[in-house]
Amino acid sequence: MRDELNKAGKSGQDFAELDDPNLREALVDFKSSVHAWSDSAYSAARTAPARPAIAWRRTLAWALSLALSAGAVSGAIYERHHQQELAQQHQRELELEHQQQMAAQQQHAREAEDLLAKIDSDVAREVPSAMEPLAQMMTDDGGVQ
Amino acid sequence: MTMQTAGELADAEFSQVVAAHRPQIFRFLLASTRDVDLAETLTQDCFLKAHRNWGSFRGESSALTWLMRIAINLQKDHWRNRRLQFWRTTRTNAVDVDDAGDWLPSGERSPEQQLLARERVGEVWRALDKLSGRQKSIFLLRYVEEMDIAEIAQATGLSDGTVKAHLSRALGRVREQLGGRA
Repeated sequence: MRDELNKAGKSGQDFAELDDPNLREALVDFKSSVHAWSDSAYSAARTAPARPAIAWRRTLAWALSLALSAGAVSGAIYERHHQQELAQQHQRELELEHQQQMAAQQQHAREAEDLLAKIDSDVAREVPSAMEPLAQMMTDDGGVQ
Repeated sequence: MTMQTAGELADAEFSQVVAAHRPQIFRFLLASTRDVDLAETLTQDCFLKAHRNWGSFRGESSALTWLMRIAINLQKDHWRNRRLQFWRTTRTNAVDVDDAGDWLPSGERSPEQQLLARERVGEVWRALDKLSGRQKSIFLLRYVEEMDIAEIAQATGLSDGTVKAHLSRALGRVREQLGGRA
């Protein structure tokens, strides 16, 4: 085969350097076929503005681009709305927590006041044990027995 | 000669090169990709790149060989990028092997001979699908564009020996495919 290739020169008309007639015929047919196809396509490419297949693919590409853009915008809007909802919910939770804290503080204050009042009352009613004999000597109207 | 005149001359010269070689570059790219749209796009890219670099063309090889080299590199870049880019993969529009084989001048052949020729062409396309990108390019440059070994070596940037080795393997594959059909 190397000999065939060495003989392959510029002229190489119909690949006469190839010994195999079947291969030679196939290559000649192949060359003719490619030339015929190319000549046809080359002239068609210059006359036809755009093939329907291309127009269809471009339309599909545009439609996909639009769908992707719409999806991206919708996603952004949804995300923004979702963030706003989360922020509002967080705010509500903070307010509730604050109210609960205020109520607890008020409850504690009330309990402390009640406790102090009870202590005052108890202290007021009881007499120290050292004063007990004197207290027994006093009558109910404040006189001394 | 003013600079403007030199530029105009270069443009006129380049226009002649485009007119002379554009169909051939398109044909090579069409055979390489089997995609008319892609071949047209790559041909435009090829001549755009050639125009930008026309000033650096020293004439060490023929203009066609120089253009073929640009076309081969563009094609290589395209396949490399296509593997990475989803959008490019969706745009492929390569013609089926059997459809590509339908293009055959009828000449003076009988219907049986035409059918046989169409089958042979289909087998060659099938064999080409099994070749590496480099082997395929070399095969097409030799057996479609009828360039000689030295020109192919210049266009591909390989040595004569390497070109012959690739061509030998490609021919072997085509012979094997045709043998399988018989």
